[in-house]
Amino acid sequence: MIPLSLSETTLPTVTTQAPDLDYWLLSPLLVVFAAGVIGVIVEAFVPAQRRYSIQTALAMVAVGVAFVLTLVQVGALPADSAGLTLAFATVVVDRPSLFFQGVILALALASLLLIAERRDGESAFTGQAAAVPGSEEERAHVLAGSQHTEVYPLVMFAVLGMQLFTAANDFLTMFIALEVMSLPLYLLCGLARRRRLFSQEAALKYFLLGAFSSAFFLFGIAMVYGYAGAVEFAAVRAAGSSGGLIDGGEPLLLIGIAMIGVGMLFKVGTVPFHNWKPDVYQGAPTPITALMASGTLVAAFGAMLRVFYVAFGTTVAQWRPMLWVVAILTMVVAAVIAVTQRDIKRLLAYSSVVHAGFILTAVVAANADGLTGAMFYLAAYGFTTVGAFAIVTLVRNPDNGAEAGDLTQWAGLGRTSPFLAASLGLFLLAFAGIPLTSGFIGKFAVFEAAVAAGATPLVVVGVLSSAVTAFFYVRIIVLMFFAEPAENAPRVLKPGILTGTTVGLGVAATLLLGILPGPVLEHVIPQPAAETSEAVAAEHTAADSLFAR
Amino acid sequence: MDPMNYIVLAAIVFTIGAVGVLVRRNAIIVFMCVELMLNACNLAFVAFARMHGGIEGQVIAFFVMVVAAAEVVVGLAIIMQIFRTRRSASIDDANLLKN
Repeated sequence: MIPLSLSETTLPTVTTQAPDLDYWLLSPLLVVFAAGVIGVIVEAFVPAQRRYSIQTALAMVAVGVAFVLTLVQVGALPADSAGLTLAFATVVVDRPSLFFQGVILALALASLLLIAERRDGESAFTGQAAAVPGSEEERAHVLAGSQHTEVYPLVMFAVLGMQLFTAANDFLTMFIALEVMSLPLYLLCGLARRRRLFSQEAALKYFLLGAFSSAFFLFGIAMVYGYAGAVEFAAVRAAGSSGGLIDGGEPLLLIGIAMIGVGMLFKVGTVPFHNWKPDVYQGAPTPITALMASGTLVAAFGAMLRVFYVAFGTTVAQWRPMLWVVAILTMVVAAVIAVTQRDIKRLLAYSSVVHAGFILTAVVAANADGLTGAMFYLAAYGFTTVGAFAIVTLVRNPDNGAEAGDLTQWAGLGRTSPFLAASLGLFLLAFAGIPLTSGFIGKFAVFEAAVAAGATPLVVVGVLSSAVTAFFYVRIIVLMFFAEPAENAPRVLKPGILTGTTVGLGVAATLLLGILPGPVLEHVIPQPAAETSEAVAAEHTAADSLFAR
Repeated sequence: MDPMNYIVLAAIVFTIGAVGVLVRRNAIIVFMCVELMLNACNLAFVAFARMHGGIEGQVIAFFVMVVAAAEVVVGLAIIMQIFRTRRSASIDDANLLKN
């Protein structure tokens, strides 16, 4: 036997301490995680025909309980608290992180209703993903009525990743959260019941581009670690003002900011990192598209705000020009491309890219109003977009039952299905930012913050881009209400209670946040504290002054 | 030896991986290039940990390895599925989603 050659003296001394985990404060994360793990066990031990009901109930109860726990924690957080760090300071609980978690959980619940929807025993997901499309094996599984209830644990893990992404307090935790969020989504994208080749292709593209971008994100983290000697946001922030550990290490920080920025901008899908979005949104099963378009966007912007406001809060001058360019490119290029789209899901995808550009103006602002504006915008956009995708699931081709994506087929829907067309019309008006809808208040909030930060040219571009996008939203409304029904008119399904609830939730949120935004802006969205002194901000506090309240 | 050399090496390996992702057409090769990029990150983490005299960077490298392993599981499943359907792992053949 070979004796261990490393003596204790050559090893760096590491003091081990018992982990001090505050399970109560971590409970919203733990509940969702537990639901995912139990879901996997259910898959292994419960007979196939009973899995659907158990898995749906488990997932919805878990997300609902986590949502309630988040609300309770908001109430329990002391009014003057700057936020608490947990689990060796890897997770932060403050008002912005709780707000983002609450919004993500609500949107996940709305998406889960779409995921759980079944018509004649058919869900939106393939019966057997391993069967080759068009093969005998696939037909056998369709006849046997197989279904993938693994979807629910995968969604739970994705939601857990989204929650943790907004609550991470260091770059390592954030990277892990990014992967926990992304890996299940890659798989879920490839599980569509119909048009399976499209779906598999979407999964491949999303996976390869997603892995590529997270490698950039990770290399950026390595550079920042080299500069600051730590990956905690507070330490990176302090190093940003004091000058880092390595002499002449400034380029490391700049490369790090740029590469972390690339990873983040890919996840939110801004030009020039937007190419995956239309393909993936179109190919993925529509309930999953709804989850990605709402939850992932909220999570990615939540994380982005924390990284750029807290970790890089002392180096604003270095990253602001980069985000300026990206925001302008996004608002201009995506709006122009969106005009030419013929497919409703691709159009909504480009619309999502444009909206990411609008929210980016709030990130560029780097002030307290930018934070609250972005938070309101994300909540408003999330609910509207879930509702819009819920409607997409209802309009089907008459011959094969696949979703009728082609916009020409939507002509005259206002006459045949007035309620459905009116709901979609409302969502489109909200996307366009028409007053009395939530989209208007959101746009107003982010643009106001950008002007206050001296980014007026950005706002001018934003307003012009809004005008271009309004054109194609209104074009669809005109098509639905004032055009003759098309030859190949789609079959509109009666919304079941699940899809109906999601559409209703979207309509209610869009109107409520549009007509009465005051209570939400005052009470729900955390108001930042007054300017905290630089000395306090530079301390190793949990979050910076903007995130303090 | 100056640890900064290892950082330069990491940057070179990362660049090779990134260029590979952009120019190669086989999904498996593209995926291998992504793994190369992750390994370059690990090298950078470990080299920086040595420079700073701490172990945090080395611990991060372990986490990255686990994440990379999970990514392999998901990625190969997706690529296998595409290959079984199309008898090809070329990412240029996967072009249905273009309008």
